[in-house]
Formats: sequence, C-alpha cells, structure tokens
Amino acid sequence: MSAYSVNGQTVEHDEEGYITNLSDWSKDLAEVIAKEENIDMTEEHWAVVNFLREYYDEYQIAPAVRVLIKAIKKSMGPEVGNNKYMYELFPYGPAKQACKIAGLPKPTGCV
Amino acid sequence: MSDVKKFLYVNRKAPYGTIYALESLEVVLIGAAFEQDVSLAFLDDGVFQLTKGQKTDGIGVKNFSPTFRALGDYEVTKLYVEKESLEERGLTEDDLQEIMYEDEDDDWEEKPSIRIVSRAEMADVMADQDVVLSF
Repeated sequence: MSAYSVNGQTVEHDEEGYITNLSDWSKDLAEVIAKEENIDMTEEHWAVVNFLREYYDEYQIAPAVRVLIKAIKKSMGPEVGNNKYMYELFPYGPAKQACKIAGLPKPTGCV
Repeated sequence: MSDVKKFLYVNRKAPYGTIYALESLEVVLIGAAFEQDVSLAFLDDGVFQLTKGQKTDGIGVKNFSPTFRALGDYEVTKLYVEKESLEERGLTEDDLQEIMYEDEDDDWEEKPSIRIVSRAEMADVMADQDVVLSF
C-alpha cells in the first residue's frame, strides 16, 4: 500500500492509484493524482471530474465509460460528450483516469 | 440484430445479509455492455431490494439501493416485481422507490421501469426468455 502526499498529509491508495478511503478526497488531492497521471487539470477536466462525483453521490456507482460519455453529452453537449474529446482529456480512458482523480472506486466492470 | 438474446435476472433474496443481491446488480451492470435485451425480476424476499428509505449505517455495509435508479442509463428498463410477493410481505408499490428511464423512441419521455405483475404473468415473463439467471 502506498500513499499520496498532499498538504503535509498522506492519503493511502491501492496498487492502481485509487484512494482507499473515499472521504479522503479534496481538490488539492485531485491535482496531486492528476499530476501522477501526467494530466494538467483544465476547466474541462474539472467538469468531468465534478460530474463523476455527482453521479457517484446520486447512484453509488462510477458509471461505465459508455454511460459516462452519453451522460456528459446530454448535460454538456456533443462537443465535450464524444469519445475523441474525452480520450484527449484522459488518454488512458476517461472512466478509469477521471474516476481515479475524482477519488472514486474503479468503475464496475472495468478490468 | 438477430443475435440479441433475452436475459432475465431473477432476484429472490433480501438486499443485505447475503451477497446475492449486490452481485446480481453488478453482473447486470457489467452485462449491459453486451447490448442484450435485459430484464430483472423481483420475487420472494427479493422485493425488499427495491424498497425506499433503506438505511444501512447500523449494519456497516453500503446502501446500494440508489444504484437501481442508474439502470436506465444502462438501457435496463424492465424491472418486473411480483404482486403476490409484495402482498405476502405487507408491501405495496408505494413502498418501492421510483425508478424511471428515458424512452429514446418516445422523445426521451420519462417512464417508470418498475412493472408490477401477478405470479401468473411472472411465469409468462420467465417462459419468454432465452437465458434466466437466478440470484
């Protein structure tokens, strides 16, 4: 088990980088995780991350990538909610990487 | 598409105490990626899975009942609940949470996913399937 370091505190994560305790999440931690993933957080990244956190809060699951993109398309429009753009934002998979930054568990069915 | 099969996931157990209910829901969510015709059936103590106002703090497990409301996003829109099972447990449709889906073929109108059926109708639902998975 290793840990992220944020503002002098340590936050444990699993072997893939997903944080162990969901309540440890903060915006500063998200920036730290993003850095490890080689992502510079822009407004668009934040929009996706915030969307995922809201989805989890409401339904208690991280959505599958297909569901995520469809939902983003509905709430933020087709210029954001499409495969190409989402993979530009999160090259290693929008659901996988964005969930990690959002402090959520790995999406169900994601291997 | 001709290779679409009708899958029915049958849920007979109470939501907590065993892992069956949660496992069933996870299999449904994972299986949804295969774009089959998926339905869920709730009978016996399985009807308790859909009750509203579940609070699990006291037993230290996650309340996964809100996840049923995400099923519409996964195009799982048929949740059959057996009327007799509800009645035998002193429950009515009003005790179940509201689960809606947006109908793509009807201008995204919101429609209820839960369908209350009699025991005889449930038998017909089951007979109509290609694959029945029991939890």
